Amino acid sequence: MLYSEKVMEHFAAPHNVGEIENADGIGEVGNEKCGDIMKMYLKINTGIIEDVKFKTFGCGAAIATSSIATDMIKGKRIEDALKLSNKAVVEALDGLPPAKVHCSVLAEQAVKTAIADYYRKQGIDPTPIVGEIPEHCHGDCSNHD
Amino acid sequence: MENIIYLDNAATTRISPAVREVMEPYLDGFYGNASSLYSLGRESAKALHKARADIAEALNCDPREIYFTSGGSESNNWAVKGAAALMKNMKTQGKNHIISSQFEHHAVLHVLLALEKFGYEVTYLPVYEDGVVRVEDLQSAIRPDTGLCTIMQVNNEIGTIQPVAEIGALCRERGILFHSDAVQALGNIPLDLSALNADLVSLSGHKIHAPKGVGALYINKKIRLAPFIEGGAQESGKRAGTENVAGIVGFAKAVQEAVSGAEAKRAALLPLCEKLYKEIMKIERVHLNGDMEQRAINNLNFSFEGIEGESLLLMLDMAGICCSSGSACTSGSLDPSHVLLALGLPHEIAHGSLRISMSKYTTEAEVDKLLEALPGIVNKLRQMSPLWERITKG
Repeated sequence: MLYSEKVMEHFAAPHNVGEIENADGIGEVGNEKCGDIMKMYLKINTGIIEDVKFKTFGCGAAIATSSIATDMIKGKRIEDALKLSNKAVVEALDGLPPAKVHCSVLAEQAVKTAIADYYRKQGIDPTPIVGEIPEHCHGDCSNHD
Repeated sequence: MENIIYLDNAATTRISPAVREVMEPYLDGFYGNASSLYSLGRESAKALHKARADIAEALNCDPREIYFTSGGSESNNWAVKGAAALMKNMKTQGKNHIISSQFEHHAVLHVLLALEKFGYEVTYLPVYEDGVVRVEDLQSAIRPDTGLCTIMQVNNEIGTIQPVAEIGALCRERGILFHSDAVQALGNIPLDLSALNADLVSLSGHKIHAPKGVGALYINKKIRLAPFIEGGAQESGKRAGTENVAGIVGFAKAVQEAVSGAEAKRAALLPLCEKLYKEIMKIERVHLNGDMEQRAINNLNFSFEGIEGESLLLMLDMAGICCSSGSACTSGSLDPSHVLLALGLPHEIAHGSLRISMSKYTTEAEVDKLLEALPGIVNKLRQMSPLWERITKG
């Protein structure tokens, strides 16, 4: 299995690692049984993602997709961040090995889950805006692609 | 590649200079087919004859009991499939039950799974937290229709030693064929094929500083195993295909070196093994996988809570260190290693495993470099792990 240079760059020196105190939205996806958990923290001001941090337990691709996904939504409007697709994450990393594509799905879902949490905290039902977020993994890893 | 610190010798090893030297004539001038009558062919046949005799002498068996193969996987396939076929034809007809362990190499386990589809019944003995099969468990698993038992001698992932001589004795007493995968034992623990009470033993060259693509199956002369590869009359008609003369000559040299150098290797690696254990156990929330005492000392396997093995390997690689892991991401499947799960480890701890395997070329300076790099890497990954946060903050 071969990672692209871009993946290795983000893995070796991931961007936006850490936590945000009093974050406006927090999203955690994945589970330890499958071997990957992503947790994303958002600071949102007037509809703009001012800051984003993440923590990830997982393989090289899990860390790299988290890193690049945070880069891709930082400074963006919420509507634009919601448009982030796992395909865009894969492309930005110059590709992922097939067995690792699920990491990019996790990254997309982590962003959406954190935004949904932001709306919930605002007292707004996130489902019409964010949509249903399919649970990526039920603990038996059967949803891995 | 000069600065690489290679601590993945259970995966494969570098070729020893002496092995390379004895191989060279057969890669160069002596290219004859060992089946040919002219002198060039006879040189190859003589080399094969000598290699077989050298291996038999080093491992204490009859040269006619050594059959060259392409390596461990072929030997395991041949042994288990061949024995399964033999079971059906044994005097006590209709034997249909095989006993193995939960943590055999896939070259045995996957063969057993295939045999189950053909109607064989297989019992997989537990290996407990210490990674050791119990003879008592074998005893109670034996049925009137048990025809074969296959238990490895040293586990490839965690290095634990299995009580194969006792298992072999019990099988012999009960008229059960016994195969042992000794690929990880050769060169790491004493191996005496006559004392093992085994009918079939798998051996591999590339784990002991011979090239890849050569190995052997020991077949006790009382056993009439059917050929695995049909064709020419090579290997007494049991394994067709023009012999890999250079590889076999190198393999024989490697076996000799492994046996004659065993004591020196043990003396050199024991303090390194102890140092690795002592220093790595200082890291918070780390576990040694498998028993420390019943262990081939070249192999240590740890689990670090809160981190994932592939990330660990990638960071070690960036520091110039080669190791391996049993995490799902490195096993090429969705689940972590079946070996670590067989020890009863939860998935998340199995995902965070690291195997360090040494060879006779491993130096203390290399071990020190690993010990220098490892705590920082573990810490860095834990700092970015939400799982670690959960573990430590409760």
